[in-house]
Amino acid sequence: MTEPLVRIEGVSKSFGTFQAVKNVSLEVAKGEIFSLLGGSGCGKTTLLRMLAGFEAPTVGKIFIDGVDMSAVPPWERPVHMMFQSYALFPHMSVEKNVGYGLKHEKMSAAERQDRVRQMLDLVQLTPFATRKPHQISGGQRQRVALARALARQPKLLLLDEPLAALDKKLREHTQFELMSIQERTGVTFIVVTHDQEEAMTLSDRIAVMDQGVVRQIGKPGAVYEFPNSRFVANFLGSINAWEAKVVSIGEVITVDVPALGQQVQARFIQGLAVGQTVTLALRPEKITIHRSPVEGVNVIAGEVKDLAYFGKDSLYRIALPSGQLVSVHAVNANRGAEEDRLADWYDKVWLTYPPASAILLVE
Amino acid sequence: MGRWFHRRGWSDIIIGAPYVWLLVFFLIPFLIVVAMSFATRTSTAPPFGYGGENPLFNLAGYARLFTDALYIRAFVTSLINAAVAMVLCLAVGYPMALGLTRVEKGWRNILLMLVILPFWTSFLLRVYAWMGLMGANSWFNRLISGAWNWLVPQAWAVTSVPLMHTNFAVVLVMVYTYLPFMILPLYANLERLDPTLDEAAMDLGSRPFAVFRDVTLPQSIPGIIAGGMLVFIPAAGELVIPTLVGDSSSPMIGRVISDEFASARDWPMASSVAVALLILMVGPMMVYSHFEARAQTKEKSE
Amino acid sequence: MKRRSPFLFTMLGFGFAFFYIPILSMIVYSFNASRLATVWGGFSTKWYGSLMSNGQVGKALWLSLEIAVISSTCATIFGTMAGIALARFTKFRGRTLFSGLVTAPLIMPEVITGISSLIFFILMAQYVGWPAARGFTTVTLAHITFSMVFVTTIVQSRMLSADRAIEEAAMDLGSRPWQVMKDITLPVISPAILSGWLLAFTISMDDVVITNFTTGPGTTTLPILIWSKVKLGVTPDINALATLIVLAVGVCVLAAGVAMNRAEIKRERDRRMAYRANE
Repeated sequence: MTEPLVRIEGVSKSFGTFQAVKNVSLEVAKGEIFSLLGGSGCGKTTLLRMLAGFEAPTVGKIFIDGVDMSAVPPWERPVHMMFQSYALFPHMSVEKNVGYGLKHEKMSAAERQDRVRQMLDLVQLTPFATRKPHQISGGQRQRVALARALARQPKLLLLDEPLAALDKKLREHTQFELMSIQERTGVTFIVVTHDQEEAMTLSDRIAVMDQGVVRQIGKPGAVYEFPNSRFVANFLGSINAWEAKVVSIGEVITVDVPALGQQVQARFIQGLAVGQTVTLALRPEKITIHRSPVEGVNVIAGEVKDLAYFGKDSLYRIALPSGQLVSVHAVNANRGAEEDRLADWYDKVWLTYPPASAILLVE
Repeated sequence: MGRWFHRRGWSDIIIGAPYVWLLVFFLIPFLIVVAMSFATRTSTAPPFGYGGENPLFNLAGYARLFTDALYIRAFVTSLINAAVAMVLCLAVGYPMALGLTRVEKGWRNILLMLVILPFWTSFLLRVYAWMGLMGANSWFNRLISGAWNWLVPQAWAVTSVPLMHTNFAVVLVMVYTYLPFMILPLYANLERLDPTLDEAAMDLGSRPFAVFRDVTLPQSIPGIIAGGMLVFIPAAGELVIPTLVGDSSSPMIGRVISDEFASARDWPMASSVAVALLILMVGPMMVYSHFEARAQTKEKSE
Repeated sequence: MKRRSPFLFTMLGFGFAFFYIPILSMIVYSFNASRLATVWGGFSTKWYGSLMSNGQVGKALWLSLEIAVISSTCATIFGTMAGIALARFTKFRGRTLFSGLVTAPLIMPEVITGISSLIFFILMAQYVGWPAARGFTTVTLAHITFSMVFVTTIVQSRMLSADRAIEEAAMDLGSRPWQVMKDITLPVISPAILSGWLLAFTISMDDVVITNFTTGPGTTTLPILIWSKVKLGVTPDINALATLIVLAVGVCVLAAGVAMNRAEIKRERDRRMAYRANE
């Protein structure tokens, strides 16, 4: 990898006695969409504000394009931000908003006008150029904010919860639009979000944050399929997790799970010892439901306790003899007549999963 | 963001200019009054002495506050007049404010403007308007004396009701002039209340009066306190109203301060009375409003 | 659901009668031909005529306007600075004292503000030599001081309710702090600044007590002129003057109300436009 566009080196930030960000180090490559994902108060917004220059790190350094940003004020950074509230200037028209940053650029009035027009085209807002922010819809405001932040051609665009204020339908559409604009402009995006689905669809890489600490960084698929901790596994999607003890280590690892009342197999990972206590994590959609007994490993018998029908899929809660509940996600492949259901309340069922789908977590 | 603002010297100007202005033209004059209250009256010009042959802390002014019946009576009169005016403002203003929230939107704006309109017109002229009504020969006085004569036996009949130059007149005019100060904060408070709470209470079986008592009234306490302070504080130190319509034999404290200063030319005594007024009536409210404002700023900045 | 309570509506009616009967009575009696202000002696407009020929009133009005324009403009400048300072700078040395200084004049009884300003100006004249005599300057200085804090209150609350992100956004887009102030902050709070100026102007035009203490011979503002006459009792020419003032203020407030109503209607139309744009 060549020199990364953004390098964060051991950055911490405290507000009084509260430590918002704790010793974060990460790198973002040119042209990447990078997400900071976490719940409220996890430090993701503080990190973003430090990149923009609104807050200074208490400890550590931030480099953008190889330049130390410690002494660079926000107005001199090659970084622009799209605010969660969009922060459009209420007294300026859409085109004035988009052109505001260009005032500080050495360019002729005609060039400036050209750039504004180009930006409005990019976000398809040309017909609304002369309207004021309160005269356009929420989705349009979001696009004005995007155009305004992109107008000065920043090296890095920071997006603070870019889709949070939009309704569900518009959000999906806008997600793809954001991605296509990023592709066309080639600007590096750092996105702050609390929505795991948003982070997964948008990003090339995700950093999952919790209480000021980066818990895991990786491609969406890697973080989802191979979480390194129970926190990450839980935060990205849902999970069945039980305490387990390592029984034997071979091509797969066999563990004893008291909650299941039996031994089961899981994917091999390095660094475990026989007798060690670990967590067995199993995603609900990796489990298959059978109506009749099946032979083989990883077969767990139970009874349907609850059933939630979502349309395209259903969530089953299976009660085991030990009283434990297992969540299972199954696609409703058949047309939804009741007799076609996979299983019904109080049916006896058998659950199976391939050993490779079960993850063992030490943390 | 604060740090980038702080770096530049221009933020010093924004803070400094009004700060220095208030220090020079408000705080220093106020401290002079406090110092003056410990000075000694002399026949020099200006008519006071401080230090030198005079004591540094002459407490004679404060001593007179407790011994001279004039001052004690003035304080009591001010306190009672202001308190009665505040209670009457609340009694009239609360139903009006509540009524305003129940009027349809179009009308509400018009009525609100009618509440604010007297507030923009001259205070002095509003007091003056009542002087016209209260005189012995005025139609208003004849109206109420007629009503009185009709109600009571012949022996108690009067030719006119003595209104002018009474404490009653002072309270009446205070209620008249300060009523908008009570209505506006109350209205602002009542208007923000969630009407579904009323509906929830009714749904749970409360009758309208019980809804008012259990739901509306407790939530409007901040408005009552704000309105009460806005009426009580200026009323306690009022000068114009008692001078024009009040009883000069039982003056209010504002008038005493003014008379001590202008007629008696006793600056130290006037200052002592002023400091006492602040400590007794205004001080507690200032402290309260300071903490209230700080709590609000904190809430908003969080 | 709106509940209509007969009691509340009666109180509203009573309250508005209480507000307006004295003023209406004063207006009616300004057309009284009789010299005795409270006895009706037929219709006449002669008091208006005598008012017009009285040069004193015009001079006092002009002086009041001069003082009000100067003092409210200065009060708006200082008051806006203080409002911005309190809303934006959360930490600076002496902030507690400063916020105390900004609230104290609001609740200080006018008599006390009046005598403290008077003593201050007398001592200034004696020991500093400026302002040399009481009059225009001292009245204006006193008016600036006690009306600026009203401006501060209005500006501060507007600043606190504004979205701070828009200032950060401007800075992020390359503006230095002073440019942010000029391009963003001041335009956004300009309605608050305007209402602050109007309030300061009204307060100055209306003030009796503090002006009475700080003015000197020859500097008679309109309220002081009325005050000196009213102390002697009710006279028909004051009724006429009062009627003119009440009507002038009424027309201004009414016009402002209509303008505000129009602005609200326009905002409603914009909202609908935004809604349609959504589809």
